[in-house]
Amino acid sequence: MTSLPAPAKKKLGLVIDLDICVGCHACAVACKAWNDGGDFGPLADDDPYGAEPHGVWFNRVHSYEVQPPAPGPRLDLLHLEDTAAPAPQMVHFPRSCLHCETPDCVTVCPTGASYKRAEDGIVLVDQDKCIGCQLCAWACPYGAREIALPHPKTTTSDTDRKDAKRGTMQKCTLCVDRIYNETLDARDRQPACVLACPTHARMFGDLGDPDSDVSKVVAERGGFALMPEFGYQPVNRYLPPRPRRDGSSTAATPPAPATETLDANQLPPLLRWLDKALSR
Amino acid sequence: MRPALSVIFFTVLSGAGYGLWCWLGVALAAGVYPSAGVGVLAPLVFGFVLVTAGLLASTSHLGRPERAWRALSQWRSSWLSREGIASLAAYLPMLAVAWLAWRGSTGGGLRVAGALLAACALATLLCTANIYRSLKTIAAWRARQVLPLYFVFAWLSGGLWLWAWLALAPHAAIGEAFPLTLLALAVIAAITKFDYWRGIDAQPANSAGHATGLETLGQVRAFEGPVTEPSYLTHEMAFVLARRHGGRLRRIALGLFAVLPVLAIVVAVTTGQAAWMAPIAAIAALAGLFIERWLFFAQARHAVAAFFPAPQG
Amino acid sequence: MPHAQLELNRPTGDEVKTTTCYMCACRCGIRVHLKHGQVRYIDGNPAHPINRGVICAKGASGMMQHYSPARLSKPLLRVGERGERKFREIEWDETLALATKWLSDIRARNPDELAFFTGRDQSQALTGWWAQQFGTINYAAHGGFCSVNMAAAGMYTFGGSFWEFGEPDWDRTKYLMLWGVAEDHDSNPIKLGLGKLKARGAKIVAINPVRTGYASIADEWVPVNPGTDGLLAGALIHELLLGDRVDFEYLVRYSNAHHLVIRAPGAADDGLIARDADGKPLCAVRSASNRHSGAAQSAEPGIHDADHGKPDSGSLLRNVRNDEQKSSDFALTDATQPDIAPLIAGEYTLPDGRKAVPAFQLVAERFLADDYAPDHVAETCGVDAATIRRLAAELAHVAFDAAIELPIAWTDTHGRHHDSMRGRPVSMHAMRGIAAHANGFHTCRTIHLLQILLGAIDTPGSYRYHPPYPKPAPPGNKPAKSRRPDGSLTGNPLGYPQSPDDLLVDAEGKPRRIDHAFSWEFPLAAHGLLQAVIRNAVDANPTHIDTLFLFMANMGWNSAMDTTATRKLLCAKDAGGRYKIPHIIYADAYDSETVAFADLVLPDTTYLERYDCISLLDRPISGCDHAADAIRQPVVAPDRDVRPFQDVLLDLGARLKLPNMADPDGQPVYKSYADYMVRHERAPGVGMLSGWRGADGTQAGKGAPNPDQLQRYIEHGCFFETKVPEAGAYYRMANRDYLAWAQAMGFVANTEPVTLQLYCEVLQRFRLAAQGHGAVQPPEAERARVERYFDPVPLWYSEIELPAPLAGRAARSAERAAPVGGDPRENPPHLPSGHLPPQAGEGNDSYPLSAITQRPMFMYHAWGSQNRWLRQIAARNVLYVHPHTLAAHKLASGDWAWLTSPRGRLRVEVRAHAATAPGTVWTWNAIGKRRGAWKLGARAPEFVDGFLLNHLIGERARDARYGNGDPVTGQAAWFDLKVRLEHDPEPRVPGHRFEPVDA
Ligand SMILES: Nc1nc2c(c(=O)[nH]1)N[C@H]1C(S)=C(S)[C@@H](COP(=O)(O)OP(=O)(O)OC[C@H]3O[C@@H](n4cnc5c(=O)[nH]c(N)nc54)[C@H](O)[C@@H]3O)O[C@H]1N2
Ligand SMILES: Nc1nc2c(c(=O)[nH]1)N[C@H]1C(S)=C(S)[C@@H](COP(=O)(O)OP(=O)(O)OC[C@H]3O[C@@H](n4cnc5c(=O)[nH]c(N)nc54)[C@H](O)[C@@H]3O)O[C@H]1N2
Ligand code: SF4
Ligand code: SF4
Ligand code: SF4
Ligand code: SF4
Ligand code: SF4
Ligand SMILES: [Mo]
Repeated sequence: MTSLPAPAKKKLGLVIDLDICVGCHACAVACKAWNDGGDFGPLADDDPYGAEPHGVWFNRVHSYEVQPPAPGPRLDLLHLEDTAAPAPQMVHFPRSCLHCETPDCVTVCPTGASYKRAEDGIVLVDQDKCIGCQLCAWACPYGAREIALPHPKTTTSDTDRKDAKRGTMQKCTLCVDRIYNETLDARDRQPACVLACPTHARMFGDLGDPDSDVSKVVAERGGFALMPEFGYQPVNRYLPPRPRRDGSSTAATPPAPATETLDANQLPPLLRWLDKALSR
Repeated sequence: MRPALSVIFFTVLSGAGYGLWCWLGVALAAGVYPSAGVGVLAPLVFGFVLVTAGLLASTSHLGRPERAWRALSQWRSSWLSREGIASLAAYLPMLAVAWLAWRGSTGGGLRVAGALLAACALATLLCTANIYRSLKTIAAWRARQVLPLYFVFAWLSGGLWLWAWLALAPHAAIGEAFPLTLLALAVIAAITKFDYWRGIDAQPANSAGHATGLETLGQVRAFEGPVTEPSYLTHEMAFVLARRHGGRLRRIALGLFAVLPVLAIVVAVTTGQAAWMAPIAAIAALAGLFIERWLFFAQARHAVAAFFPAPQG
Repeated sequence: MPHAQLELNRPTGDEVKTTTCYMCACRCGIRVHLKHGQVRYIDGNPAHPINRGVICAKGASGMMQHYSPARLSKPLLRVGERGERKFREIEWDETLALATKWLSDIRARNPDELAFFTGRDQSQALTGWWAQQFGTINYAAHGGFCSVNMAAAGMYTFGGSFWEFGEPDWDRTKYLMLWGVAEDHDSNPIKLGLGKLKARGAKIVAINPVRTGYASIADEWVPVNPGTDGLLAGALIHELLLGDRVDFEYLVRYSNAHHLVIRAPGAADDGLIARDADGKPLCAVRSASNRHSGAAQSAEPGIHDADHGKPDSGSLLRNVRNDEQKSSDFALTDATQPDIAPLIAGEYTLPDGRKAVPAFQLVAERFLADDYAPDHVAETCGVDAATIRRLAAELAHVAFDAAIELPIAWTDTHGRHHDSMRGRPVSMHAMRGIAAHANGFHTCRTIHLLQILLGAIDTPGSYRYHPPYPKPAPPGNKPAKSRRPDGSLTGNPLGYPQSPDDLLVDAEGKPRRIDHAFSWEFPLAAHGLLQAVIRNAVDANPTHIDTLFLFMANMGWNSAMDTTATRKLLCAKDAGGRYKIPHIIYADAYDSETVAFADLVLPDTTYLERYDCISLLDRPISGCDHAADAIRQPVVAPDRDVRPFQDVLLDLGARLKLPNMADPDGQPVYKSYADYMVRHERAPGVGMLSGWRGADGTQAGKGAPNPDQLQRYIEHGCFFETKVPEAGAYYRMANRDYLAWAQAMGFVANTEPVTLQLYCEVLQRFRLAAQGHGAVQPPEAERARVERYFDPVPLWYSEIELPAPLAGRAARSAERAAPVGGDPRENPPHLPSGHLPPQAGEGNDSYPLSAITQRPMFMYHAWGSQNRWLRQIAARNVLYVHPHTLAAHKLASGDWAWLTSPRGRLRVEVRAHAATAPGTVWTWNAIGKRRGAWKLGARAPEFVDGFLLNHLIGERARDARYGNGDPVTGQAAWFDLKVRLEHDPEPRVPGHRFEPVDA
């Protein structure tokens, strides 16, 4: 049913810490691996060993240059003559479905294949109903939906281990087949991307519960939602990079020892050390 | 947005078909249609061909066309679903009109059927336009001109075909009101489209800083995308059209769907050469709309494109 | 699947098996989920000490490596010419018979005619042992071109190293400096650690010409010019010394700072440490009375306040100034004793009347010189002096003002008890950005000195050793030089020379090894020099090589310097039309670029199809608080006619009747590698694996072989870990609790403390030889070089490849550089000063930019491109250039341009990257591939658009007698590459190509 369920209390989602994401793509690949072989797969690849390799991924990692504003007037990436300009920052940015509360990707779907679960807010695509019209992908501003269409470059020498299921829309499932899975250890009942992330930049939890760990870290760190103007009310949150403590902020800079050594400098240092009373 | 041929075919061809059915249905309903029998049947069937060809084309845009019937279920929320229902619904009055016209009927039944045909055609056009108009992610399609243009273009191209039929049909005598109405439509279409283009050109593009929420930190530039080769998203939604090309194509489209039909109508009206001019105008308009529709996609920027590095070169 | 009725409780597969990842050298624990006998999914093993459940992109996509279409499936015998990729599939019997024939002929004639070189080999404990049994000195793995600078500098300085031989104290450090690290071997532990640091709010400083990856999340990015880190680290030392911000107590306790260095220019022992009759180093202490009174009270700084009676410093100073010391003011004594009050400055008279100074003074003299003053180094390093001063102040502030104290009681090697452990929460980590330069050894040593001066080696919050380290600095194993009667070498072919006597040189001082390791060219080439083998073998320099036996080293492509030339050399023939290297045997699992050059290809299994041993005898996977080792087990059976290389090697050994591989009846001693892993003993009770030893499996470290050992490993997730005793947590170089444990584990021979080598006496021994002392001396031509670079105190020099410019091209580029009328990009802005690499000599003018590579986190060298998932992330590489530098070259992001070095020119796509030092250009390493390899399609972007920078990297140094590497260790100087960028007339036409200079 493409009509949205009444807002539920439980809002499962991810929190991604842009302060510590190093852009390693582990989450993206672990996601692909988990889902490719599972109920929501395969995540087909086209021309996997050829000239135009591409395929379906539920999670992708971008990287951005950020030029923080300088006190001076001239400020753009192409003209860094101003030495006062702070050092450019790099921010890595994983992007997957945000499991929005009121997303159009669900309501535009003509078949009811795209739906939002009432019980936990996870947005899914029913692979048996989807006709592959792609309207939901057009409706998503976050680029969370992908589809494998019949592709001319798919060669027969392609060692696809499975008959790739194609033509239906696919997306992040929030690992619904892991998080409730009683055949897994409790510790493993988390999304594959969260478990994989080597810096622990990804967290999973109930953002509808203000007392959950994820809600707390969002509150503490000023976690934000992407492009709120669409009104989709994403559940996932991004934690902004913390201010970088390079030399430009004086607060973190300890006093230079120069003052305290002024006196000692009267003596040639080598002679000064003759005076050291050391014990071994 | 990537201009998908299937969707362009669909919106242009079935747009013309529904436009034609609108005129035909309204004329029948109002009892002003200047012909009967085959004179009704022929344009009706031509409309059927346009509509059906378009609809069939549209299914080739589907990943799973064999499941297309499922699209009828979500009329409560989905304009695409509504469009599917309306488009299928239009076949019922179409069949009624056909049956009645075949039987040579000119009575109230035909009037009612005609009215229903026009209504269904209008509804379908409304749904189609709304499919695009409702996508918040594509600012160009949110423009206020989008909805009226879908109607105007349908009426213009469908009307030109009806005019062509009537002009070619030996027995039907039509006045100048219809072609002049079409002329007015062409002018309105040109102005509205021009206005649309100016509007979307002025729209600010979504920026990487805004998309990522990092704009508060400074100026943001996409360094590396998630993949080095084109992917579904970049292929589908980060399509960019060289500016130079765009301007030329706009002029050609305008020439074909507005200037040429206007000239043809003027010539037809002043010289009575409708039989020559009308088909030229209809074909030109259809060709122009193909280009217009191509641009409608190619020049629409999807919000998601902002995440990706600007295409090189 | 009907998603309307979701099946949420489906098992992840039919079966889950644990093993160890192989997709890089990090060696994480993984769980392989199998379904219908196929690999369904791989994730991290939460119990595993290395990765604690996390997994990287390479590891998570291991299944696609396992199912790669490029897997080899049968032994291959070359039928065409080398390089043509024409092979005949043959059976294993024929393969092994052929290999046995070639090798037994060699062994009978001269075992050194076998050059056995392995690449990123994780079984060096086996391959090195095998080479030893075969009896060839010509064995090494890839360390020589990888980071031997790092390994050697660490081993000779503090008996440990960066790499995975130690790590920052992630839970306590407050300040981390990352020197030239993009990814490193210890990749998941580093990422886990960085995550912890961020959560705790520790400051991270990345010193790197490029800001990506780890540097992205660093608080501060210091865009140093490539190759100048030694100068920067030296300037930091300069500042610390000036400010007296040095941990002197730590120095005299754990380093040789106070050891007296003989000052007797011209003497055979000049620069050596003065020793007493027992060979104990001497130091000067305050006069005898002072010494006793002072020493009794000074157990541990910070616990008891040292309150020595202040000596009359005025008189001391006067004495030194007058260069005449009264014997009552100081005494000479055994520097290794506890409870003495050593002096670290001044000049003292030895009993024989000669002068000596404490090592610290020599270090201080070097770094206090103006050469290392921040203002002096700023321009060369591209880091302004104020920043250098601030960084030094921050280091000192954290080390001294924010020191930590842990309530861990411990006993030092002198038996003194301490109630707590003082910590200097400053840590450093460095990798190839430091190592892959021709000044890397000394640069790395400078960084270690910085750590030692801050008291920041193996203290709470600082760098910490991983067991089995620390070892003596340097470790005692030396390269074997001779053979036993059974033909085997007397020891491992690799090791750590301690004096010229340990070199492998002939009577004339010429190299004995094919790679010239342990020769006067590269005396401390502790890991051998894989990059030099092919050229020297072709030149028969110094000996004829009959068979080049390679294992997982892609020498035909990304492992080679000057790839085009190397590929030609592999095909070189003599006048008689015979290949100059008569036989090449190559063991690879995949259809790599190098396979094309082999005469005989041994197809290996994938990592999921074999037993493997991650042994403590090899590179460790231990953490700070535990020693660990691991195994790989076959989780799926091979579906091709392939065999594990290690099995094949043991089989070959038995066929060759090598000692310890065939019994007197000629029967194989070991059935398989698995059998070897369990039964082989290096020394009594010391085997490949340390867990579950002893007949009943109850012993750790040492113990008799246990036939059930592998079963135990498998039951325990394929790894074993033993905890370091808590009292042995830090100060391991002098921690009795730790050393006793380490000895019991078989890691160290005795519990002697490890003295940190502020001053490296070993280097001086080589320098003395160069000055004409000792039995083994360098040939005349080598003397000056050895004398210069074997400085016992670290120094910085700029060793940049500066060959003659390309005459023709230079002229052409000059034409191009002429302004083009009406070009909007005319008169580009100049590069900001202070951001240019050192401008010395004409060469730099021709090649003003530094070109470097970085590891992408999701690719492992060459292997990743056959992985259908990973190659979707990057199937091409581009050259990243600072926007300003692009503009200065009239280039726009996305243009194609020529990248030119003395080796030739590469057509590459350039892209803007603001977080790159303006004088540096860079690309992702080894994305570019050779057409025809890895079973990639004919138009794969990896070779149509992507490029391999190695084509531009010279294999020879500026002085063409030497390889392009560090003069101490031979480490390949990959990152000394200097280039220039040139406009291409068709900047918008895509497509890469290489034009070698002699084509
Ligand atoms: N994902 C992945 N992991 C790997 C590998 C892989 O291929 N892929 N390879 C493994 C191997 S074999 C190795 S040896 C290690 C290497 O591990 P790293 O040393 O981390 O590898 P590189 O990418 O060579 O990183 C060198 C870094 O030094 C910087 N750099 C270059 N020149 C200088 C300089 O002069 N000064 C400073 N300060 N920085 C400089 C570069 O910008 C780069 O960031 O990684 C291992 N881990
Ligand atoms: N420009 C530039 N060049 C560099 C570097 C750089 O930073 N910049 N780094 C250098 C360094 S540090 C290194 S370590 C080298 C690494 O470069 P290589 O050692 O050449 O790279 P690898 O990709 O590790 O490939 C080694 C071979 O092992 C094979 N292999 C993979 N798995 C198996 C297996 O299970 N069994 C067997 N038998 N073979 C297998 C692969 O197919 C491949 O042919 O590159 C060096 N080259
Ligand atoms: S991120 Fe996109 S696909 Fe996911 S719920 Fe929101 S709109 Fe839908
Ligand atoms: S592609 Fe599938 S899920 Fe998306 S709107 Fe169409 S039918 Fe619904
Ligand atoms: S939650 Fe699961 S499906 Fe979603 S991105 Fe993470 S791994 Fe992929
Ligand atoms: S795995 Fe973690 S660190 Fe790596 S890209 Fe994903 S979120 Fe970032
Ligand atoms: S870091 Fe290396 S060993 Fe660990 S999972 Fe990744 S590839 Fe495997
Ligand atoms: Mo390496």
